[in-house]
Amino acid sequence: MTELPRLAASGGCRDEPILKQRGQREVFCGLTGIIWLHRKMQDAFFLVVGSRTCAHLLQSAAGVMIFAEPRFGTAILEETDLAGLADAQTELDKVVDQLLARRTDIKQLFLVGSCPSEVIKLDLARAAERMTEKYAPSVRVLNFSGSGIETTFTQGEDACLASMVPVLPKTETRQLLLVGALPDVVEEQAVSLLSEMGIGPIKVLPAPRADTDLGVSDNTVFALTQPFLGDTHAALERRGARHLAAPFPFGEEGTTAWLRVIADEFGVDAETFDRVTAAPRARARKAIAQASEALRGKSIFFFPDSQLEIPLARFLTRECGMEALEVGAPFIHKGIVGPDLDMLAQGPTLSEGQDVDLQLDRCRNARPDLTVCGLGLANPLEADGLATKWAIELVFTPVHFYEQAGDLAGLFSRPVRRADLLKLEASA
Amino acid sequence: MKLTVWTYEGPPHVGAMRVATGMKGLHYVLHAPQGDTYADLLFTMIERRDHRPPVTYTTFQARDLGSDTANLFKTSLQDAYARFEPEALIVGASCTAELIQDDPGGMAETMDIPVPVIPLELPSYQRKENFGADETFFQIVRALAKPMDRTAQISCNLIGPTALGFRHRDDITEITSLLSDMGISVNVVAPMTSSPSDIARMGAAHFNVLMYPETAEAAARWMERELDQPYTKIVPIGVGATRDFVAEVAEITGVKPYLDDSRLRLPWYSKSVDSTYLTGKRVFLFGDGTHVAAAARIARDEMGFEVVGMGCYNREMARPIRALAKEYGVEATITDDYLEVERVIEAMQPEMILGTQMERHIGKRLGIPCAVISAPVHVQDFPARYSPQMGIEGANVIFDTWVHPLVMGLEEHLLHMFRDDFEFHDAAGPSHHGGHAPKPDVAGGPTPQAAPAPRDISGQENATPGSNVIWLDDAERELKKIPFFVRGKARRNTEAFATERGVSEISIDTLYEAKAHYAR
Repeated sequence: MTELPRLAASGGCRDEPILKQRGQREVFCGLTGIIWLHRKMQDAFFLVVGSRTCAHLLQSAAGVMIFAEPRFGTAILEETDLAGLADAQTELDKVVDQLLARRTDIKQLFLVGSCPSEVIKLDLARAAERMTEKYAPSVRVLNFSGSGIETTFTQGEDACLASMVPVLPKTETRQLLLVGALPDVVEEQAVSLLSEMGIGPIKVLPAPRADTDLGVSDNTVFALTQPFLGDTHAALERRGARHLAAPFPFGEEGTTAWLRVIADEFGVDAETFDRVTAAPRARARKAIAQASEALRGKSIFFFPDSQLEIPLARFLTRECGMEALEVGAPFIHKGIVGPDLDMLAQGPTLSEGQDVDLQLDRCRNARPDLTVCGLGLANPLEADGLATKWAIELVFTPVHFYEQAGDLAGLFSRPVRRADLLKLEASA
Repeated sequence: MKLTVWTYEGPPHVGAMRVATGMKGLHYVLHAPQGDTYADLLFTMIERRDHRPPVTYTTFQARDLGSDTANLFKTSLQDAYARFEPEALIVGASCTAELIQDDPGGMAETMDIPVPVIPLELPSYQRKENFGADETFFQIVRALAKPMDRTAQISCNLIGPTALGFRHRDDITEITSLLSDMGISVNVVAPMTSSPSDIARMGAAHFNVLMYPETAEAAARWMERELDQPYTKIVPIGVGATRDFVAEVAEITGVKPYLDDSRLRLPWYSKSVDSTYLTGKRVFLFGDGTHVAAAARIARDEMGFEVVGMGCYNREMARPIRALAKEYGVEATITDDYLEVERVIEAMQPEMILGTQMERHIGKRLGIPCAVISAPVHVQDFPARYSPQMGIEGANVIFDTWVHPLVMGLEEHLLHMFRDDFEFHDAAGPSHHGGHAPKPDVAGGPTPQAAPAPRDISGQENATPGSNVIWLDDAERELKKIPFFVRGKARRNTEAFATERGVSEISIDTLYEAKAHYAR
């Protein structure tokens, strides 16, 4: 029989006060999500309608530039578009015509709004509607906003997935929908675990291609694989689908709890559940035990970044023996991370939003053993003698479910081990 | 509206950040939404800076629009001044804030900040990063530099180095030492390394060394006019240019020209017999105008290459690069469209590219060796070791850097002699490239390393121009005897030769007729 996760003895964090500050934020905008979304949706093109800054951001965030012709690009607004000398809608039509003529492999086109396109109120929804008609049935055109005035980092994925929900066909089949763009290897593991329990049919949003038979209705139940999918959650509920709230599948405990909620919904008996999960659970525990050795008793401080912070703090404190000092998240959506908050022991400061200068003051005072932060802050903190973990790697690396639980702990323990390894002084 | 996939330059406010981040005691308050903070990582990651760029972003959100973005700016400016206590501030807007027209400069003026606040007008929808750096430095100099008594010893300012510059860090050291050998001291290096109070004493120098026209030409012209300081026009990259630079400095200052060339190795390395194989290598040059112009002279006069094409991405340098290209008898490619540069290179089939990190990727894909000569920068362009581009050591560094991607002279012959030997077989590749050497494909010619998932840039154009001609078996066998690193070119040349002459089948004779035709 699977033991249920023990709740924190001190009580969870769900009703703890949240520190909210307003100031400079040190985060990416939602456009960044395009970097992983375009890899996941293999027949989709993401056309940002924005400025040179947007193009430069995508290029810089991609880090290692791919430098073939990628399936994303920026329609850069120019002086004439802004001065009203050129009709922006007509200009956009021209760009899309060129693009689709050259890229016949594209079946889904996303027009992605940016800060400048939002400020000049360029109506991309209207453009998407017009283009869908024009290019039907070969290309479907959708729009969403990845602008920095509306979205923070991973919210770009949320906005993208939410834009796909209203156009999903209706299907009456009772089905499980897994929501969130995961690396294929991880997604296959999840589907295989659930299938072995006899759960099915299982569908995934986003589907790798536009032409899959993905549908939705009130016979659909869905589980989120990422905690930042608030708008997608709401859009699916509007289509009648029902959310299975659960802790997120990070670590052995999180994965088990997540699977358990789905298994219960589909009436999987305890024996079957244990048969399917026993071996991978044991592997995950072993891997975590090894990888987390360097983390036990160490303190951690989260700067807000991906909204993964609360589930990760839960994993690191409960399964890796760390102490959380501050858990900062860009947004705290209790309907989604509530189950993780219940399992997170009271103690850490919970913060939402950011004033980066004040938060840096708190971090430097607290002198955590490990700080999770964005790339702009990492080297400056390292120079102050604080070990850091780049938050963006948590989004780009396979970290979900049992087989990656050890890797996930390893991502955090590597910088801590490295700090111990380096001997850069004379031996005397 | 213009479709862009990769860009050579960022927006102009990133240029302003390069100036601010290079300096000390200056703070930049940028009216911008939250996402624009991505630019911090350029400095902390690519350049491995151990401090955050001195930039405060006002971080306005959608709900602030039309209500109090202006107040947000004022609060941010006040807080930034209180927290960082800079000697001077620069204020401006990023692309989005430009649209909401809050006028940061005007607001700052009303606020009684007790240090100079310098407003920047950087048109985000017209100009780019280099302009942003040049204009920002110019505005700072204009606001702070004053005429004053000259230093007793002859001195100069080194102007142009910025954060995220291509080898700026080491060029400063090299040029400082070169000038010191002539008895000339450096008064201020700016913008990088200087503070606003240093800028204020730039007028004490006798002249300016304009290291990088891209980032300091406007300031140089202003100082020439207002502070009566002449500036150098020659950029000392390469042996000839360094010698000319010494002569130019001597002319400006009246001191005796002197260059310690005891450590200069490029000329001998270039004359030594191993370098014979460099003769007439067809090279294509692309980058910022200054580095391309310098590289052209080195390529032709100091390495013995043949320059088959050149271009730059910064339109500000279009005119000099067009003129230079004419002098070299080649076409100039002036564009910031990465795909166009790739098309030009693909059509030209040079034996080597001297370009930016972007061309390095083009080269990888097309199987053409590439050495990097210019920004935009990559973490690799900030090596731990000393590696300037300017002066004597710069010339040595350039020789090594450019030769590295090529198969070395003696090795080329060995590969030919032992091509059937197990160690020297075609697939072995140049020994010094380890596992990164391109593997030849069956048809011959190194296979470009495939980019991961995205589709190749020009999938539909991959067929060689003469792909409708047929290779007869014996000609195909003969082709295989040609060393792999020239086989691709031999194949293309032969096919082009056959197509031009309306020959539809390639025999051994066609192969050797083509070889004779292209022989130099």
